[in-house]
Amino acid sequence: MSAVDPSFELDGQRVPLQPGDTILAAAARAGLDIPYLCWSAEVSASASCRLCTVLADGRPVAACVTPAVAGQKVECRSASLDVQRLRLLQMLFVEGNHFCPGCEKSGNCVLQVQAERAGMTDLHFETLNPERPVDASHPDVLFEPNRCILCQLCVRASDEIDDKQVFAIGGHGIATRLLIDSPSGRLGDSALSVGDRAAHICPVGALLPKRVGFAVPIGQRRFDTEDTRG
Amino acid sequence: MVVNAAAVSEPTAETADAVLDRWQRDPLALVQILRETQAATYWLPRSLLVHIAAALGLTVAHVEGVAGFYRFFHTSPVGCVRLLFSDNITDRMLGSEALLAQLCARLGVAPGEVDAQGRFSVDRCSCTGLCDQGPALLVNHHQVVTRLDGARVDALADCLLAGTPVEEWPDEWFRVVDGVQRADLLLTGLAADASSLPAVLARSPQALLDEVAQSGLRGRGGAGFPTERKWQACRDAPGPLRCVVCNADEGEPGTFKDRVLLASHADSVFDGMTVAARAVGAQQGFVYLRGEYRFLLPQLEQVLARRRVAGLLGRNAAGIAGFDFDIAIHLGAGAYVCGEESALIESLEGKRGTPRIRPPFPVQAGYLGRPTVVNNVETFCAVAHIARRGGAWWAGIGTAQSTGTKIHSVSGDCARPGLYEYPLGTTIAQILDECGAPQAQAVQVGGPSGACIPASEFGRAIAFEDVPSAGAFMVFDRSRDLFEVARHFARFFAHESCGLCTPCRVGTELVVRRLDKLAHARGAGHASAFDIERLHDLDTVLHSGTHCGLGASACNPLRDTMRHFGAAYAQRSTAAQFQPDIDLDAELSSARRVTRRTDAGAHLHTDTPT
Repeated sequence: MSAVDPSFELDGQRVPLQPGDTILAAAARAGLDIPYLCWSAEVSASASCRLCTVLADGRPVAACVTPAVAGQKVECRSASLDVQRLRLLQMLFVEGNHFCPGCEKSGNCVLQVQAERAGMTDLHFETLNPERPVDASHPDVLFEPNRCILCQLCVRASDEIDDKQVFAIGGHGIATRLLIDSPSGRLGDSALSVGDRAAHICPVGALLPKRVGFAVPIGQRRFDTEDTRG
Repeated sequence: MVVNAAAVSEPTAETADAVLDRWQRDPLALVQILRETQAATYWLPRSLLVHIAAALGLTVAHVEGVAGFYRFFHTSPVGCVRLLFSDNITDRMLGSEALLAQLCARLGVAPGEVDAQGRFSVDRCSCTGLCDQGPALLVNHHQVVTRLDGARVDALADCLLAGTPVEEWPDEWFRVVDGVQRADLLLTGLAADASSLPAVLARSPQALLDEVAQSGLRGRGGAGFPTERKWQACRDAPGPLRCVVCNADEGEPGTFKDRVLLASHADSVFDGMTVAARAVGAQQGFVYLRGEYRFLLPQLEQVLARRRVAGLLGRNAAGIAGFDFDIAIHLGAGAYVCGEESALIESLEGKRGTPRIRPPFPVQAGYLGRPTVVNNVETFCAVAHIARRGGAWWAGIGTAQSTGTKIHSVSGDCARPGLYEYPLGTTIAQILDECGAPQAQAVQVGGPSGACIPASEFGRAIAFEDVPSAGAFMVFDRSRDLFEVARHFARFFAHESCGLCTPCRVGTELVVRRLDKLAHARGAGHASAFDIERLHDLDTVLHSGTHCGLGASACNPLRDTMRHFGAAYAQRSTAAQFQPDIDLDAELSSARRVTRRTDAGAHLHTDTPT
């Protein structure tokens, strides 16, 4: 690659650009990690979690949807952005009921691992303690809305990959919630099948295939580290 | 007493069918279909949503998501008559809460509830844009009742209890005045000898663009983007079809200038839209009229019909061969965020009003992916003048960076509320002087998302380079508690958050709860310096990257009042150390009851003084 190839700078490192790149996509290709929760290469972006917020020439933008611009200076790792990410994670934790020790997603949960990487040791804000009824009506998939972070990955996967539109977003403000398309509004009456991508794309423990909980032993889970491997 | 059975039983699908047919079962019209259906059925039961979804080829979840997004759609039963008290801070300053309580007491209902017979329900809504003639309320999301006082509320209760139809209520209740206190060129209107629209449009599109460029006109909706640059970008975007949208979703609390422009200068607004359409090459025009201004719809439709007859709209509009342009009016349904242009376009397409990911910007891909210009009502009104009198004339008014005039919606603690139009660059002090507010301690310029200006800064000018304004000018005198003003605005933003992005969805709620703690209106604990620190944290997070401007500006009132009126916060955070929301000792009361213990050892003793 020659010096004239288009690139931008991420925390002082040169990142090569391809046409149509977002900041996140270009960084990922270069092996540089920008934290995120709601993004997936498989589906269109929702830009909802804001964990990937970076400063592009000083302006806060979501790296997952912001086109990378040649010559731009992008800042991701700084004291203030580290605190910003920590606060966003803490907001998600107090918004729902995220009790890792009792959750079968533990060790495979993107929210959990991002919180760990951000050095989160407390909730910082008061808990909102929602009471959202669990929907266990589906024979093969459990919906635990208290863990939903409204990332929309299931909404998009069901629409864009499974061609089913099983999910939608409802309500507004703090009462925003995941809706299920079925006559009763329950998952068991929907068109979702356990083979759907939407049944597996959840980054947290809100949508879980049944009967496989805790199947992977501690030490072999996706985000296990040397500490947990033993 | 006649009780309408439709309100207590579930409405049938036939009502929706008539509406669906009128809209040719077009899923893009979903918001309009829900609105018109609900006007007949009072609320939208799930069975009706299922029916509408099937008729439009949409999923039930999608329709439910749209119905649950807009504050004016009811998915649980409401009364045959729905009353919504405008809940701007200015309504409250005029006593709206006491009047709401009075009406509820007379009717025997609580706010947010429907009476047992399904006759009426009473609740609050965001600002209805009648701050200069409030307190106001909305009836059935259609009519407005202004100038509420104890006597009017009593008479209103009489009508409701007697089952008097809304059409038979006294006309005086529905009177809405323009309230123009100081007119400059926009509020004076076009001169009698102004050139006709066909004469204006006979010039080339480029000549029209050049005129707007020369005027230096910047958008009046708040962001202040140069109008000509927006138009040029739309004109340059590829694609055969283009749209021009008039943003009449005047939701910023304390703003009511667009209501008056639409009521009394609609032709100027439509002239401006038509000039824009000619300049950018658009075929389709929309007015996005906020649901609160539903009462303006008949006369606006009349003006459009007259213009069609006059040949100013339709095929070969204004006599220009090949210029086909018409305007449709789309009603909102109570969602402040739809004032954001991409959220507005989503709503026009019948969806939840969630701001889009940008880029692409609306000028590149807006309504149905077509390049779309969205401008404020006042901006189009200005264009109507600029197209006739020239860009140089407009540029000679105001300041170098802020050309032309600006209309201010003045309300709150002043002798003469109403509309005041001044050249940009006019000082806050001058406006305060002319509206009669010698005791002002602060002015909220541009609404809650604008700036709270303390008396020490009244010498500043309203202009893009100093204090920009989207048109609200709410005056607070020395009797007002600016902490409570900020807390009220915090509730507004939490209520209006679309819920998409984490910082706005969660952050606005956390701000409300923390301010409630300071006000001792929630939880058991007294506030301390710890809580003030948390408020600063939340302010930082919301100013550091939200999906749209709503979240980014949601903490402006908090930030401004903490800076300028810190004493109001300090006096509410005097606890020596952090106190939790829950009363730990009270939590043990059931255990004490079970064990029948009342001794000191059965109580928690904390060091925290209460």
